[in-house]
Amino acid sequence: MTIDKILKDLTDKFGSRVLDITKKSDKRAYVNIYPKDIVEFVRYIFKEAGFRFNTASGVDDFDALEIIYHFSHDASGITVSLRAILEDKQDPHVDTITTITRSAWWIERELHELFGIGFDGNADLRRLLLPDDWPEGVYPLRKDFIPSKRDSRKA
Amino acid sequence: MSHRAHIPIGPYHPLQEEPEFYKLVVEGEKVVDVDVRIGYNHRGIEKISEAKSYDQALFIVERICGICSSSHPIACAMAVEDIAGIEVPERALYIRSICQELERIHSHMLWLGLAGHFIGYNTVFMWAWKYREPICDIFETVTGNRQNYAMHKVGGVRRDIEKEHVPYILKRLDEFTKQLTMLKGAVLDDPVLHERLKGVGILTKEDAIDYAALGPTARASGVDIDVRRDYPYAAYDKLKWNVITRPEGDVFAKTVVRILEMFEAVSIIRQCLDKMPEGPIDAKPKDIPPGEGIGQIEAPRGECFHYIKSDGTNSPVRHKIRAPTYMNFPTFRETVIGETVSDATIILAAIDPCYCCTERMLVVDPGDKKVMDVNELIRLSQEKTAKIREKYS
Repeated sequence: MTIDKILKDLTDKFGSRVLDITKKSDKRAYVNIYPKDIVEFVRYIFKEAGFRFNTASGVDDFDALEIIYHFSHDASGITVSLRAILEDKQDPHVDTITTITRSAWWIERELHELFGIGFDGNADLRRLLLPDDWPEGVYPLRKDFIPSKRDSRKA
Repeated sequence: MSHRAHIPIGPYHPLQEEPEFYKLVVEGEKVVDVDVRIGYNHRGIEKISEAKSYDQALFIVERICGICSSSHPIACAMAVEDIAGIEVPERALYIRSICQELERIHSHMLWLGLAGHFIGYNTVFMWAWKYREPICDIFETVTGNRQNYAMHKVGGVRRDIEKEHVPYILKRLDEFTKQLTMLKGAVLDDPVLHERLKGVGILTKEDAIDYAALGPTARASGVDIDVRRDYPYAAYDKLKWNVITRPEGDVFAKTVVRILEMFEAVSIIRQCLDKMPEGPIDAKPKDIPPGEGIGQIEAPRGECFHYIKSDGTNSPVRHKIRAPTYMNFPTFRETVIGETVSDATIILAAIDPCYCCTERMLVVDPGDKKVMDVNELIRLSQEKTAKIREKYS
């Protein structure tokens, strides 16, 4: 498989639902998609194209939140990242991909607690990294979170 | 009355570096459910990194793990190099490969020793930890430090390998190989170990793929992946070595993969020292443009993944770090459930997480108020080995 082949397969299959493609190199590409399409894209890229799920990076872009799902194809050394932009920062949510691969089990829990992103259909969004007494609604990896020297739980 | 008992394991032990908390649910001897809680050592390094310059970020990620203190900086440097399109000088690439392989040997030896201890082979523990000394000495020669090497930077490495050090490195490698060969025979030809570890904690190929397991954990389940070969970085595209895979998926297979990988690692280091060209070791990059980059490398436990987003300033906007244990860890749900408590220790250890967790096991049986601590669990595990050993003697 080459990077052009997988990008062509994606555009053939999903047409205009592929919003934007940034081909960074012969081995790396970033594909922008609508958040509502994530399950279908992941099903295709994980189940049919045989990619491995690396991880998902949450990014706070000030205006919106992004989730970048990284997938790697070990046989050909290609890494494709699917970028879903969540415009609504008050109540960001997206469908879970744990129904397709259990490898997303932990990272969805992590994105939920660190960015406040909801994953519809994922029943197990318990705390993973943050302590149980961490205040609700405080998301440490968002840009508006300023870490203070004082423990916020004392205030 | 339910016959189920909960076994809380962890989260803290002063001797170990990474706390985790497991809850095993057991019925008699059999483990019927597992849950895990991590984050006791969550230091917010991703957030800290956003406030540091790229040069400083490398020192921060070096401290993520005491064992992988070469893997994380290389992955981080590669992500930044990916953003800026920096060409790293060839000599630096070879030095990176050498560091990676030394680290792999070092990590696998530690694992082998602890695995031996858990099943009652304390001699293996003593041997393995002693035999890694030459590797630490080589690290000291190459980088100046036995741990936390401070060797890597964006665009290259900080220190060169002096010509006069090469014979010493080769001599210590010879020493190590001799001891490793002996250890390999002692471990892989022992009928007791075959009986103790074979068929225990099997991770099937399907599960390994679905959980996206990495490194030796995946390779022991027949998933033929290796970042060094599949996404060539450092000098790996110029070297020859074998990717070790085993189809069985049990603890024994994971042991075999790790032991044989150490021989490959020695061979890679020799090739590097032999082929390494003269030249600069640092590309001396100046500015990092806006953009995003990914660094993937094969750490001892599997693929280590760094994603960095830059806005053109001196420090990253976002730095995502995914260590291999993050993916390997959840697989223990498949491997531990249905096994006996005396095997739980070695199965949890087989993915090579950090050991604090297994070091502080507590079995609380609410029925007769029995409390077991880690020593008792390890004793259970060791007794099982002793029984098998008696059968063979």
